[in-house]
Amino acid sequence: MFVRWSAAIAAAILLSSPALLQGARAADKPTDPQIAHIAYTAGVIDINAAKQAQKKAKSKDVKAFAADMLRDHEAVNKQALALVKKLNVTPEDNDTSKALSKQASDKLAELDKLSGAAFDKAYVANEVAYHKTVNGALETQLIPSASNAELKNLLQTGLKIFQGHQQHAEHVAAELK
Amino acid sequence: MPGRLSTIAAAVVFVAMAVPAHAATIQIMMENLEMSPKDASAKVGDTIEWINKDVFAHTATARNGDFDVNLPAKKSATFVLKKAGTVDYYCRYHPNMKATLKIEP
Ligand SMILES: [Cu+2]
Repeated sequence: MFVRWSAAIAAAILLSSPALLQGARAADKPTDPQIAHIAYTAGVIDINAAKQAQKKAKSKDVKAFAADMLRDHEAVNKQALALVKKLNVTPEDNDTSKALSKQASDKLAELDKLSGAAFDKAYVANEVAYHKTVNGALETQLIPSASNAELKNLLQTGLKIFQGHQQHAEHVAAELK
Repeated sequence: MPGRLSTIAAAVVFVAMAVPAHAATIQIMMENLEMSPKDASAKVGDTIEWINKDVFAHTATARNGDFDVNLPAKKSATFVLKKAGTVDYYCRYHPNMKATLKIEP
């Protein structure tokens, strides 16, 4: 049941604990159109966060990091769009995408109230946590559930990109202290 | 005609001497966030050419600060090795991309 899987992933996202995702059962598999939607949404969320950071960040390193996120996630999503077009798949909205978007807009509002160094710190900390959560979802759910080989491939590249971003964010966070 | 042959031979030797025998170009691919080969050997004076096949920008950044080469998406760039040693390098944007260069004198 996809609904149950969505509830599990939504709970995990709220708790920012990718480990919880492992509790979901194989039977709770999302479909390829749902996976494509989730992956695309995850990219859009980080693009929006980066746009906010470009306006609000104070530190040069944080601004540069936001530019890197914008560039990479736009490139991944461009590939994702080209692939769904090629495969003739229509991404399908679902509870996981909705939960991700809701949590992201709450976070944007929360960060919007901060400024200066406080914003920089909170943005980078959230980037670390967010990439960790998405990596957990990719590794334990999205990649194993994907049935189309090209989609699986793109998700695997996405995972490497996201893992790179997580490490990059951790470096930036360490420099801010 | 032995005379002409030796002239050609001399010319060949001259050309070979004018170009230092060890100056080579070593290509390293960046594809799907992997560098290959991960371990490359070269000599001082050699040129390293990184070829970025990804749609993402990467860098080849030496941990010891010897080089920091930018690789825009689908572009390549070169660096001429000046110092011997074993240099670990990585991508600043994706620090999970790592490789090593062994540079002999
Ligand atoms: Cu990179």
